[in-house]
Amino acid sequence: MILPWTILFLIIGSLFVWLAGRWRPLAARWMSLTVLALHLAALLWLWTQSNPSASSGQVLQSSSTWIMEYNVPWIPQLGIHIHLALDGLSLILIILTNFLGIIAVGASWNEIQERVGFFHATLLWVVASLTGVFLAVDLFLFYFFWELMLVPLYFLIGIWGHKRREYATLKFFIFTQFGGLLMLLAILGLYFVHGRTTGIYTFEYGQLLGTVMSPRTAFWLMLGFFVAFAVKLPAFPLHTWLPDAHTEAPTAGSVDLAGLVLKVGAYGFLRFLVPLFPEAAFRIAPWAMTLGVIGILYGALLAFAQTNLKRLVAYTSISHMGFVLLGIFAWNQLSLQGVVIVMVSHGISTGGLFLLVGQLYERTGTRDLRQLGGLWEGLPRMSRVGIVLALASLGLPGMGNFIGEFLVLLGAFQVYPVLALLATLGFVFAAVYSLWMVQRIFAGSRPTHMPKLPDIHGRELALMTALVVIIFWLGVRPQPILDTTEPAIQNLQQIVNQTYRDEEIGDRRLEIEYADNLYSPIINLPEGRTP
Amino acid sequence: MNPTELTALLPLIVVAATAVLLMLVIAFYRHHGTAAGVTAAGLVVAMITLWPAWNIAPQPVTALLLVDRYALSFIGLLLLTGLAVTLLAYGYWAQRGGQREEFYLLLLLATLGTAVLSAATHFASFFLGLELLSVSLYGLIAYPRQADSIQAGVKYLVLAAVSAAFMLFGMALVYADRGTMALSALAAAPSSGLLWLAGLALLLVGIGFKLAIVPFHMWIGDVYAGAPAPAAAFVATASKTAVFAILLRFFLALHGPEMPTVAVMITVAAILSMLGGSLLVLVQHNVKRLLAYSSIAHIGYALVAFLAGSTTAVANIAFYLVAYSLTTLVAFGVLIFLSPTVRDADALDDYQGLFWRQPGLAVAMTAALFSLAGIPLTAGFVGKFLLLTAGLGAAEWLLAITLVVSSGISLFAYLRWIVVMFRDVPEGEMVVGKPVLGTAVLIALLLLVLWFGIYPAPLLSLLQNSF
Repeated sequence: MILPWTILFLIIGSLFVWLAGRWRPLAARWMSLTVLALHLAALLWLWTQSNPSASSGQVLQSSSTWIMEYNVPWIPQLGIHIHLALDGLSLILIILTNFLGIIAVGASWNEIQERVGFFHATLLWVVASLTGVFLAVDLFLFYFFWELMLVPLYFLIGIWGHKRREYATLKFFIFTQFGGLLMLLAILGLYFVHGRTTGIYTFEYGQLLGTVMSPRTAFWLMLGFFVAFAVKLPAFPLHTWLPDAHTEAPTAGSVDLAGLVLKVGAYGFLRFLVPLFPEAAFRIAPWAMTLGVIGILYGALLAFAQTNLKRLVAYTSISHMGFVLLGIFAWNQLSLQGVVIVMVSHGISTGGLFLLVGQLYERTGTRDLRQLGGLWEGLPRMSRVGIVLALASLGLPGMGNFIGEFLVLLGAFQVYPVLALLATLGFVFAAVYSLWMVQRIFAGSRPTHMPKLPDIHGRELALMTALVVIIFWLGVRPQPILDTTEPAIQNLQQIVNQTYRDEEIGDRRLEIEYADNLYSPIINLPEGRTP
Repeated sequence: MNPTELTALLPLIVVAATAVLLMLVIAFYRHHGTAAGVTAAGLVVAMITLWPAWNIAPQPVTALLLVDRYALSFIGLLLLTGLAVTLLAYGYWAQRGGQREEFYLLLLLATLGTAVLSAATHFASFFLGLELLSVSLYGLIAYPRQADSIQAGVKYLVLAAVSAAFMLFGMALVYADRGTMALSALAAAPSSGLLWLAGLALLLVGIGFKLAIVPFHMWIGDVYAGAPAPAAAFVATASKTAVFAILLRFFLALHGPEMPTVAVMITVAAILSMLGGSLLVLVQHNVKRLLAYSSIAHIGYALVAFLAGSTTAVANIAFYLVAYSLTTLVAFGVLIFLSPTVRDADALDDYQGLFWRQPGLAVAMTAALFSLAGIPLTAGFVGKFLLLTAGLGAAEWLLAITLVVSSGISLFAYLRWIVVMFRDVPEGEMVVGKPVLGTAVLIALLLLVLWFGIYPAPLLSLLQNSF
């Protein structure tokens, strides 16, 4: 019963926060902080209690590595269950979600002065639906939370955003909704393929693993998932919503988008796409990894060309997420461990950068790099934090991003050395844009019209300190996170290996193709008429 | 007619009797509240009589009607819709002067027509029900007797008459081919002759007019825009539900979707309706027109599942029609609430800053729009999911992908409306009436939309057991 309550607690909390906000804004702030803090404490307690490495995985029985699960029927007519399950991977991501939720509340303390109650309610709603996404192991339920997540983000950007917020929020919603609907088609396709071949109609992740189907069918279904996750990640040609959404979002919205929403895409690849369609995924791996490398380089180049600070940070996100795509499709232990670390450290460091941009904007009223400069003398503390975050983003050893991206490169090198070498250029570009950014903001001479500004202190300093400490902790001792996620990752790898081997043997292949042609001639339509 | 048949027919009889009673009441005591009260009471009693009828179903009543659980499920939905429209209309007309009582009379007759349609198993009762519905709708649409509404009423009259002519000709051709007009006799021995196919095609054209599927959709924008909001709500929900009910009953019994010609016709109409409806939605600034064109797309979605032609598909479509009706009623309910006394609140600007002025109404409207767009927590999400399930179960990938593309396109229009509601409040106050009765109806409808979105299992199993 703990798992549904992790979500319900936040949803109920958000209702109370809304009511509290109608009474007094400060109450809403403190209340949402309390809700999130209690939640985080509970999750951390869960982390210390769980010993995921103790249980050994049994192939194709994904439930064996769940730390805990919850399963009740929801729409039994269609085989839909409310099935939530927690393993190391989802635990880490939920903790990250919750932590960044607290950061987002802190970031909005001064920035958001209007409709405070409703703002914090939507913020909690974002956290709740993300928690649901990371916990759901019924594909319908996953899709449910996946779509649900859009609604509060839509409000977050559309109500409290900047000047072009309506354009940005529409673009964001329509892009992700399109991807989501394609995923829904793929989920239903998988549901019917599995149902027709085994007689069991279910959306259960554990049962759908290892569904046997013809390679063509697998390819098209995989593509539906791929588009949805690639939009969220975002991968190269589908990324255009991200800079707009980031630029127009309030600070809390940017922190949530960068830190959490992008992780959902990565999580989808890890948990669903590759394990469900290993063969198809490996067939497109070179292409996917190429997209990843393009994302790394293209994002970095565009970041360098920006004059709007928030847009710059948004493009660095695209660059970092390229590493995630690269690592996932390399699919070996090193690269997957790297992916997990990149997910966490990018969430923290980019969240920090957006926070910094927000604080700068509160003081200077601009995000235009051409109007900033020489802030070091007035804002020494903020400048130091800024440099740490920039260095983390460029991948300096000793900080989280370095560990993650380095592991990804190591892993990718074993599979596609050329792509890995090209991706390494990303480090160089990252150094260029990060240092350039630091120089333009903090070094140089201060524009004459800029008044004396108050340095960060108190609340802002506390938030920044927390982020910086975690960045260093991830860089120096990432082991606890690796230990926690290790069994989950290994289990995913085992599932993939097992399924892949089965498909390779191919003895069932003829029978399978016969089966899915029999029931639905049109499922193979794109490949033309099969005999 | 024996007592069992009477019991089965009781819901219809009660509605008809209420219409007569109301006529007498108006003749002796013209009072708006009384008229609405009598109507609502009549509909409630009719709903209660569904219970004994349910227990003896299926029960044929003469050769014309078959009161089975299929019919009773739809009649239940239609009576509920009629009741909701009555209560919302009370709030609407309470702010307006003039002779308002006959509106409820027409509403009762239209509801009776829809109920007859859901139970019809004979061309004669089919046509009777349809005409009862159409003739009442002419009056309902033109009710305020202003230029706009009269134009809308005449437009509907002309097109409905034309479609009725098509339908009659279709029925005549089928009769010429087979020598019978009873559905059971037709279903027992379908033929594939030219007369038969031409007859079915003409019937489909007639039904297409009523459902406003592309290319028979020309009337819908003007009629929604010109009709008073409660009448438009009835056209959008009950009228379409009933026509869809008879479409399902006749064409599934005659194995329509399995005939290649018919299947191609419906496929083309479905694709055109989905894409056409959602593209037309994009360019609307009048929200009544927006709802009109969105309904074209939604009927197109339902056709996707209709083509699947299986029993589960019928239950899924019925669920979708429930979801769609409730959602549309919520949307029109909010619109009625916000309408000033001189016109309907049909401009997007009327909704600016609604969330900060009247959060309750804005939440209801937002939920309705999300439901139309198929976003989780709402009945529309589950409904659309069920349609896709039915469509893909029959491996209709082309239609399913069109559905996805179309709902992606029309999403833009719904989101634009929502964005407006969350903008800053404009200068100058807007007058809003607060009919107490209407509030309760709106809350009840909203709760149903959310309930069926979160826990659809009970309704779904009820529907699956009825078909």
